[in-house]
Amino acid sequence: MIDRAAVETRVLRVLRWVVIAGLVLVTLFPFYYMALLSVRPIEEVLQNPGRIWAAPAEWTLSTYREVLSPAAGGGQGFLRFLLNSAIVSVAATVVTLLASIPGAYAVTRLRFTGRRQVHFLFLAVYLFPSILLAIPLFVLFTRLGLRGSLFGLTIVYVAQTVPVSIYMLRNYLTTIPESLEEAAAMDGYTRLQTLRKVVLPLAAPAVMANALYVFMIAWNEFLFALLFLVEDRADWTVSLGLAQLSGGIEVSKTVLMAGSVVLTVPIVIIFFAAERLLTEGLTAGADKG
Amino acid sequence: MAATRRPGLTRRQRENRAGLAYLSPTLIVVLVVVVLPVLWTVMLAFQRIRLINLRRAGVFGQYTLANVELVLTSPGFWSSLWITIVYTVGATLGSIAIGLVAALALRGRFPGRTFVRASVLLPYVAPVVAVTFVWEILLSPQFGLANNWGTRFLGWDRPIAFLSQRQHEVSLLGWHFDIPLALLTVIAFEAWRYFPFAFLFLLARLQAVPAELEEAARVDGAAPTQIFRHILLPQLGPVIALLTVLRFIMTFNKFDDVYLLTGGGAGTEVVSVRVFNFLTARFDIGAASAQALILALGLVVLLVIYLRYLAPRVEGEDR
Repeated sequence: MIDRAAVETRVLRVLRWVVIAGLVLVTLFPFYYMALLSVRPIEEVLQNPGRIWAAPAEWTLSTYREVLSPAAGGGQGFLRFLLNSAIVSVAATVVTLLASIPGAYAVTRLRFTGRRQVHFLFLAVYLFPSILLAIPLFVLFTRLGLRGSLFGLTIVYVAQTVPVSIYMLRNYLTTIPESLEEAAAMDGYTRLQTLRKVVLPLAAPAVMANALYVFMIAWNEFLFALLFLVEDRADWTVSLGLAQLSGGIEVSKTVLMAGSVVLTVPIVIIFFAAERLLTEGLTAGADKG
Repeated sequence: MAATRRPGLTRRQRENRAGLAYLSPTLIVVLVVVVLPVLWTVMLAFQRIRLINLRRAGVFGQYTLANVELVLTSPGFWSSLWITIVYTVGATLGSIAIGLVAALALRGRFPGRTFVRASVLLPYVAPVVAVTFVWEILLSPQFGLANNWGTRFLGWDRPIAFLSQRQHEVSLLGWHFDIPLALLTVIAFEAWRYFPFAFLFLLARLQAVPAELEEAARVDGAAPTQIFRHILLPQLGPVIALLTVLRFIMTFNKFDDVYLLTGGGAGTEVVSVRVFNFLTARFDIGAASAQALILALGLVVLLVIYLRYLAPRVEGEDR
């Protein structure tokens, strides 16, 4: 009789590699294709749409030149958009952390009135349809004159990321033994000093991971950038600039892909750098016990 | 030390004050940018407001049910709601199923595991605008790779417009029927983009399953599918339930993906895209608000049904 366990084990051993190969192909291929198209000449792409390889000799960087050079010089001005995106994302990250670190500490360690309700409020914000928020904010910011300003956009990103950020930090803070803080209090630290000198260094990996998370959300965001900034080209973020580029006439697909690469590369770099940083940070904490 | 403490306050009161003070920046931002605007949406939904007469809008405006009536009776609303549900259910199930397969396959050790695990997360972390464009170009009927290879190697008669064709006739074993092509493509995209999210949750849970449990079953001669069915699946149950709720809500509210892929055309107009079109094409703020409100209400109703009847386990899980 054939042993079911043995047969299945053998079949699954092969199947597992098929699945792994399939997953890698499906997740990486679109990004590879994006990079490939961005350096192929457009005429050649239209003639041979089925090719998935181009020798370095055929590569052209004119697409990147068109995307990055300023609008005045006949380009698409993505350098400017990159700067806008960087300003908004960094500002949103800093402000979110400034609000969420003490906030997370409060919900983890301190008993105060309304603590339970706060959790519910944050969960609601996290799960709320952003399109519902878009309407009143569109109206409100129009009235306040904040629409069309990077500042207004930053505030919206902060409001949307702070609850999740507090939630993530709280999960980490609960693992820090309370006795450390009590010891600090015995040494005469005030609460704020304890937070800054004891809790914050211990929570550094979580804070870092959080910062990257907020940065990614802000960098990738599209809806509010579209609603708030679309009228003035000088304010566009990279996501918005790219979306507007696709609607433009006379913009070839290879230029569009070059723009996509410009938009994606910073996130991919941050993501792969953070992977290492995160594991290092976590293991460093682990051997301290 | 004693000097920093104000007299007349108990330890408890001081803690209460500190807690509220530490949380106040967050509360202020959330209140001003989220809570108040939402309340305002409710108000707007019951007033006749367009962008032109916005200045006159206030708390004491004239309230009316006209917007709600307009939305409920407008052509395309109910079909849009149905599309949203199909899209949400399809994308939720798809992303969790792929995420589960991925988590099971990438669980054990193998050379290059770190790299593979990281790259599998890419669709989730990459900017939505960039990935929708790559999909659009890959699927394009004129110069897309999918159609080029499809006609060359798979014997398709003519290119298929994946993102702009509402119905597509397929024949299977002599049967001919229509499938909602653009909608299915959008669902596939959503499953592709969000399976890493499910993958992360499921992998973390799988790694917490005690190794002895599986080892014991293996020694007893259990086949891998039996181990999965009787040992792993019960352990994963609560996470899958939680994922279902999270992905359902997120997808139900999703705007950018559909908007960027199809603009809501070819039978893919989900409610959030419809709200956006009401807002930007007609400047009908009242109707857009009413519609957004119905979206939120629909979400709440579906969730209550889910939590009440389908997933009693979740309640215990996230308390």
